[in-house]
Amino acid sequence: MPIARALAFVRRLPGLPGRPAPLLGLLCALMAASPAAALVEIDITKGNVEPLPIAITDFAGDQVARDIAGVVEADLRNSGLFRPIEKAAFIDRISGVDGVPRFQDWKVINAQALVTGRVSQEPDGRLKAEFRLWDVFAAQQMVGQQFFTNPQNWRRVAHIIADAIYERLTGEKGYFDTRIVFVDETGPKEKRVKRLAIMDQDGDNVRILTTGSELVLTPRFSPTRQEITYMSYAGGNPRVYLLQIETGQRELVTNFPNMTFSPRFSPDGQKIIMSLQQNENSNIYVMDLRSRAMTRLTNTAAIDTAPSYSPDGNRIVFESDRGGRQQLYVMNADGSNQQRISFGDGTYDAGVVAARRPDRLHQALRRPVLHRRHAARRLGRAHPDGGLSQRGADLGAERPGADVLPRRGGWTADLFH
Amino acid sequence: MPAAVAQPMLKLPAIALIVAGLALAGCAKQQLPDNASQLGLATPGSQQDFTVNVGDRVFFETDSSALTQQARATLDKQAQWLARYTNHPITIEGHADERGTREYNLALGARRAAATRDYLAARGVPANRMRTISYGKERPVAVCNDISCWSQNRRAVTVLAAPTG
Repeated sequence: MPIARALAFVRRLPGLPGRPAPLLGLLCALMAASPAAALVEIDITKGNVEPLPIAITDFAGDQVARDIAGVVEADLRNSGLFRPIEKAAFIDRISGVDGVPRFQDWKVINAQALVTGRVSQEPDGRLKAEFRLWDVFAAQQMVGQQFFTNPQNWRRVAHIIADAIYERLTGEKGYFDTRIVFVDETGPKEKRVKRLAIMDQDGDNVRILTTGSELVLTPRFSPTRQEITYMSYAGGNPRVYLLQIETGQRELVTNFPNMTFSPRFSPDGQKIIMSLQQNENSNIYVMDLRSRAMTRLTNTAAIDTAPSYSPDGNRIVFESDRGGRQQLYVMNADGSNQQRISFGDGTYDAGVVAARRPDRLHQALRRPVLHRRHAARRLGRAHPDGGLSQRGADLGAERPGADVLPRRGGWTADLFH
Repeated sequence: MPAAVAQPMLKLPAIALIVAGLALAGCAKQQLPDNASQLGLATPGSQQDFTVNVGDRVFFETDSSALTQQARATLDKQAQWLARYTNHPITIEGHADERGTREYNLALGARRAAATRDYLAARGVPANRMRTISYGKERPVAVCNDISCWSQNRRAVTVLAAPTG
């Protein structure tokens, strides 16, 4: 179990910017776990969730301990599913991970869950971070874990702890230890400079990946490698590209005389699905990244674009105006069985719909515009400080050209790790 | 009075000052042709002549690439001009307004550019002289959030490159 979890982290986010192999030092061990019979849980499938009151104590240790607890608290609060309780209200002054909390004191302030932790330095220089998640009303521990890592990785450890708490309490995989790739927009609207950029899910660690000399659009993560596929107007030719995040190496994916656009990876990371424009029409193709073979999936005298895979890779949702107006369609991964699934008057966004949980899909189909705003809001919130806030505000007016992490998992959740 | 002719040019006051300055320096006559072209008295066959006297763009209805009567009239004039001045390579840019997804609008812009190119080709402009590019909704010229701007942004622009000689 501990080893499996450690591997899971490696798979989800191999490598940090500028630090090629930081995860070698990142180990995770279960100190003690008693998952049975917990009372406190959040059912996120319900419409409006009342945020769960949670007490996050200052972790024992020096400044970095408090910093880690602060990031954990911010992550949980920003998810909208948790309401961290003011520390001034705490009665029990428990600190660290050795004692057992006085549960009665936490019940009094209506904390349903409690997090305690400790951060210390190992003799070999590594950071040791430990935490316990307690179910106050059941008076028992729900999770207890410890991590060893390079001190530089303290933010990631905080996100991993927040993920563990989120996952234990919601039953859904956490998304805090993930990154967002997006298009950074600056300058006036009629003369916008657009650059590819990447940041941690909470807006930290922003890195700009392209110079802004050429227009770039629609970046999407590989689910399996440190790669992004996106569209660039380099040399005046709008085409789909592949970018290695760590090395900055860029590669033209297709070499057709016409525009290729709207790229996305398949869930196994082996294929890129995209649109190819030919005269007045655009059709959907899939490229196998190993053989570089292009296979045509749609063949209509219409616009077919914005394709996204379902998480199992068997189905594809896309936008088409073959029926007269732009609507959503689905088809099998081989292009067979193409069916229209939306029938309203709004403008539908296949990418956003694909990021919804299957059980929420009907909502997305009913209220498409709302969900676009949702994505924009999320990116806006991820820019809390300084020069970025204006950018976030600009983007808030329209759908950002960003690959935004779905808030609570979804069809394409795996694409974003 | 040239100022009346130059009504679309915002640079007018500065240019007028330059002309005045040059006149004082005694070389106004030499410089006048250039300044005249900047004022909108475009040299025949120049990009500016094309933009000002022919019209470099046509507009579309919402979510449509059909050429309106007015668009056809503009393109007829473009085709005549391009038949007279044959040494500019031509790029036709297709654009969309801000409504709808980025992806769909890229395709829609491409469709508008193609419709424009096909019309010009039918009016005798050699197809191999023209290339098309779509900017979708990424390059608006008007940036308000209502119909007055959307209708300006739904466009195809015929852009001339420097003459090949």
